[in-house]
Amino acid sequence: MSHGPDKEYEQLRVSGLHAFYGESHILHGIDMVVHRGELVTLLGRNGAGRTTTLKAIMNMVGRRTGSIMINGEETMSCAPHHIARLGVGYCPEHRGIFSSLNVQENLTLPPVVRSGGMSLEEIYTMFPNLYERRFSQGTKLSGGEQQMLAMARILRTGANMLLLDEITEGLAPVIVETLGEVLVALKKKGLTIVLAEQNFHFAASLADRHYVLEYGQIVEEINSHELSSKRTLLDHYLCV
Amino acid sequence: MSMVFGVPLAVLSGQLMIGIINGAFYALLSLGLAVIFGLLKIINFAHGAMYMLGALVTVVLFDLLSVNYWVALFVAPVLVGAFGLLIEYFLLRRIAGQDHIYSLLLTFGAALIIQGVLTNIYGVSGLRYSMPDMFKGGINLGFMFLPYYRAWVIVVALLVCFGTWFIIEKTKLGSYLRAGTEDSQLMQGFGINAPLLVSLTYGFGVMLAAFAGVLAAPIYSITPVMGSNILIVVFAVVVIGGMGSIGGAIITGILMGVIEGLTKTFYPPASSAVIFLVMVVVLMIRPTGLFGKEA
Repeated sequence: MSHGPDKEYEQLRVSGLHAFYGESHILHGIDMVVHRGELVTLLGRNGAGRTTTLKAIMNMVGRRTGSIMINGEETMSCAPHHIARLGVGYCPEHRGIFSSLNVQENLTLPPVVRSGGMSLEEIYTMFPNLYERRFSQGTKLSGGEQQMLAMARILRTGANMLLLDEITEGLAPVIVETLGEVLVALKKKGLTIVLAEQNFHFAASLADRHYVLEYGQIVEEINSHELSSKRTLLDHYLCV
Repeated sequence: MSMVFGVPLAVLSGQLMIGIINGAFYALLSLGLAVIFGLLKIINFAHGAMYMLGALVTVVLFDLLSVNYWVALFVAPVLVGAFGLLIEYFLLRRIAGQDHIYSLLLTFGAALIIQGVLTNIYGVSGLRYSMPDMFKGGINLGFMFLPYYRAWVIVVALLVCFGTWFIIEKTKLGSYLRAGTEDSQLMQGFGINAPLLVSLTYGFGVMLAAFAGVLAAPIYSITPVMGSNILIVVFAVVVIGGMGSIGGAIITGILMGVIEGLTKTFYPPASSAVIFLVMVVVLMIRPTGLFGKEA
């Protein structure tokens, strides 16, 4: 089934989100909306708050205030495992491949949270490398293979909203290209994707919309068709 | 009579047997400690007290309700394990993520309180638990006499150790445990109820200790301080094996029991020190322990 974003259905609505690590105040009132089937990126420099935004949605930061609605349900008081069970698949920046588990164990670790996830066969068809190395220790894979594994792991669970943190970081261009193809395929399946990304060129060709973060706030929202007109502005926010 | 290095074979094999028995207890206890340390990252100083509770509950159940050994073997670990769940839920959970020293002090304090209260009630002279009739006697193997009960302890302890190892290393549930040991927050982000897993793991570790306590009841003197006596040795075993290594805890436990037994045969004065000597040497050569992962 292939369809565009459903503008009527708000899969994620974040309002006035503040987040803290101990004494440090990281997010200063994030407001964002992601519709079903959309691919939205969080752009910004290092330390702008992209990773923290994703972690805050998962309730994995110290303290949060504000509101996070998933499928119309308020989740501020939910434990992380309840959030995952709302159909959220989280792929952390450090990939989180478990070294004491082999590839297949890593792949089958996250419990299925919704029906409609990919089967192990479909995943191995999409990522043939993982099939070849399914009995290797998870952390013995190359960086690119580990990233594939981290992505594949949440596809099996049936999650329909993916939070992907810096999936292209430190990977060879050819791997980045493959990841791009995977994202296109997932978008075609109707999955909602929030992508924290530093590699703007990767994000630009894939996303429907971009949120630009600076100092823990969203400073700009750019639709994909506005990219060329707002190029100078973007460069101002993203260039070091 | 045949001699080995100037020692009668019967004496050597007898001490070896006692060594393996002690090793089986070390293995059961250090296994529980390793499981708990792996997931909770706490050093459970209350482990000896849980072992003692296992033995004491067995005696009390028998005296008050005539509960027999076989029932106690099941019921005592469950009761003590439930008590462990309460400790985890009301005490340990509140200091999760803090420095090791907090959980160490907290569990040590809990152990002292449990031990103190029970010493007040039962004294320290030692309670007796009579062996089930079917285990009375033994078999003459030709070179030594093997009491039935000791054979049973070795077999069942090894089975429980192997079963635990198998569950952790080879099953789905075990993969949760292994993954949780590495990153329990991410586990929770995948939809796994990590806090529940932590509670159950602590409860299971405590059950292993209590199970060892029931096994010990018919052969050791049962006192409220029996746990603190064995715990120090068990900690040495865990350090030698490598913190958090499941297989390492089992193998090292039995190995140390045997080394202790052999030392008792050939040079008795060193027998209570030999494990600590091994610990020093191991730490000098491999700081992460024999089976520990390189940090």
